[in-house]
Amino acid sequence: MASLVSHPDEVKVVSKRFGMGATNIDRYCELDGYTALQKALEMQPDAIINEVKNSGLRGRGGAGFNTGLKWSFVPKQSAKPKYILCNGDESEPGTCKDRLIFEHDPHAVIEGVVIAGLAVGAHAGYIYVRGEYRYLLEIMQKAIDGAYARGFVGKNVLGSGYNFDVYWHGGAGAYEVGEESALMESLEGKRGIPRIRPPFPAVVGLWGGPTVINNVETLASVPHIINGGAEWFAKLGTPKNGGTRLFCLSGHLNRPGVYELPMGYNLKKMIYDVGGGIPNGRKLKAVVPGGSSCPLLTADEIDLPMDFDSLAKAGSMLGSGGLVAVDDTTCMVKFALRIMKFYRHESCGWCIPCREGTDWLEKTLKRFHSGGGIEKDIDNIQYLSENMLGRTFCPLGDAAALPTISIVKKFRKEFEDHLEGRPCPFEEHLVSV
Amino acid sequence: MALVVKAFFSMKFSEQFENRFVRMLAHYPTKRSVLVPTLLYAQDETGYLSPEVIHEIAERLELTDLEVENVISYYSMLTKTPRGKYNVQVCTNIACLVRGGEELLDHCKHKLGIRNKGTTADGMFSLEEVECIGACSWAPAVQVNYDFHENLTTERMDEVLDEYRAKN
Repeated sequence: MASLVSHPDEVKVVSKRFGMGATNIDRYCELDGYTALQKALEMQPDAIINEVKNSGLRGRGGAGFNTGLKWSFVPKQSAKPKYILCNGDESEPGTCKDRLIFEHDPHAVIEGVVIAGLAVGAHAGYIYVRGEYRYLLEIMQKAIDGAYARGFVGKNVLGSGYNFDVYWHGGAGAYEVGEESALMESLEGKRGIPRIRPPFPAVVGLWGGPTVINNVETLASVPHIINGGAEWFAKLGTPKNGGTRLFCLSGHLNRPGVYELPMGYNLKKMIYDVGGGIPNGRKLKAVVPGGSSCPLLTADEIDLPMDFDSLAKAGSMLGSGGLVAVDDTTCMVKFALRIMKFYRHESCGWCIPCREGTDWLEKTLKRFHSGGGIEKDIDNIQYLSENMLGRTFCPLGDAAALPTISIVKKFRKEFEDHLEGRPCPFEEHLVSV
Repeated sequence: MALVVKAFFSMKFSEQFENRFVRMLAHYPTKRSVLVPTLLYAQDETGYLSPEVIHEIAERLELTDLEVENVISYYSMLTKTPRGKYNVQVCTNIACLVRGGEELLDHCKHKLGIRNKGTTADGMFSLEEVECIGACSWAPAVQVNYDFHENLTTERMDEVLDEYRAKN
C-alpha cells in the first residue's frame, strides 16, 4: 500500500476520505457518501450536466476537456444502449493518483459513475482497472458488492425506478489502452488498436452504443460537485479550470508524494515548498509537468500556475498531473532515450509514423548516448519527431514526439557534448535493453 | 450456464476461476469481452498461456486460437512462456530511473544470476525490466508478481528477495 503525505497548502476534495477507512461502505456513508447520488436522483439530467459543465471540471486523464460538455454530446435518444466507461488504465509515466483513489475511496468512483449514468441516460458502467493494480480489483469488487447490497446500484436505485449496473474490468498491461478508443477495443476483448474518429465515442462507443469515457479522478470529483455546487468547485481553481488536482510529485525531490492542490497552484512553489526542493544541495535542471508525454520545462520556466491553459501557453501540457523533477546530475540525452524506449515499447504499430518513428528515434538516441552520435543526428531527431506530430490515429505518436522535441530544443548543448565518441559527460551507464 | 461450461470443457481451472468466468460473461453483451481478464486469471493459475489453455479459452469464447494469440501478443503481462514462481518486475521508467531503478535492475541481475527476462535454474525467480507500474511517488519500485515494493534500496531489495525465497 502506497504511503500518504500531506502539506498545509492542500485543499482536500477528492482525497478528503484518504486514510479514513472509506473503503467500508458504512464509513463512506458516514462521510457524506452517496448523498450526491440521492441529490442527483431528484435532478433533471440536463441540470446535472449543467452543474458539471459550470463547475469547470476538465478531464483529469490529460486532455483537459470540459467534462459536462463531453456528457452533453451524448444523444438523448439512442437505439443502442449507452454506457459509462471509467478509465483506470493509469499508465502515463509519472502518474500514480488513480491508484490512490481506488485504494482509499472506491465508492466515490462508483458514485461518480452512477451520477454520470443518470446525466446521460445510461444503464451500465464499466470501471477499467489496469492489470498491474490487481490488489485494487479486490477492493473494487467488495465496494461494488456493497453498493448493490445497499441499493445504490442495481435495479431500482434507491427506489427511484432507475436501473444502473456497475462492473469492474481488468486490463493486462498496455499503456496505449489509456487512449479512449483503444480502451473500448480492450474492453471488447481485442488488441488495443485505436479507432478512427469521428464518430466519437459519445455517439458510437462501446459495442456501438454512445459512451462517456472519463478518468477516475474526473468521476470521483463529480459527487463533490453535486454536493458542493458548481460555483464552489469552480472557485477552488482558476478561470475555466475548476477544482483541485491530485499532483503526483516524483523524481529528485525531498518529499515526493501525491498532493491535492488547487488548480493554478504555482509550479515553483510545488517543487520547492510542497515537494521540499531538490535533495543533496543540487540544482533543478528540468521538470516534466504532467506525465512523460508533456514537453519539458527548464528550471527557468517554472514560475507559472499549474492549470491547463497556463501550461498550454508555456508550450507544455498539464497532462495527467504526473510531475517529475530532475536535478543537474541527470543526462538529458539519456532521459530522452528512456522516454523514447517507453514509447517504442508501447507503440502498437498500427500507424507507420509512430511505429517507425519511435523505433528510429530510440536507435538514434541510443547511438548518441553511447558516443556514436553525429552532428546532423541532432536535427534528424527533431525532423523525425516533428513528422510524427498529428500524423497518427491516436496521440501516442504525439506523446513520443513532444517531449523529445522539447529536450533537443532546450538541451541542445548536452547533445553536442555527446558528439563523436565522447563519453557521456554524466558518466551514466547505458540503458539496458 | 455453469453446468454447460463444466460439462463441455476438460481443462481444469479452480472453482473460483469457473465461478468468476460465468459471472463475468453475464456482464457484457458479447462473450469476447471477457477475454483479456480471463487470460490473466488463467495465467495466474497455469503460470503461462500454453497452447492448451489458449485453445480452451478460444473454444469457450467461440474464437479461433489465432484470434486469442493475437490478443495475447498485445498485452505485456500475458506470456506464452513459463516465468519463475516469483516474477521480479523492476521499473526503470523516468521516475524510477532518476532514483536508482537501473541500479536496482543490475543488482537483481547479479543477485539472481540471470539476464532481463531470464529465469533462475530452480524456477524460483524470473526477472523483467518493466515500464511504469504507477508507483512514481514511491520510486524506485518493483512488483513481484502482483505485490508492490516501494522506496527500495539495494539492501532492501535483497531482503525482499530473501523473504520470497523463505516462503518455500
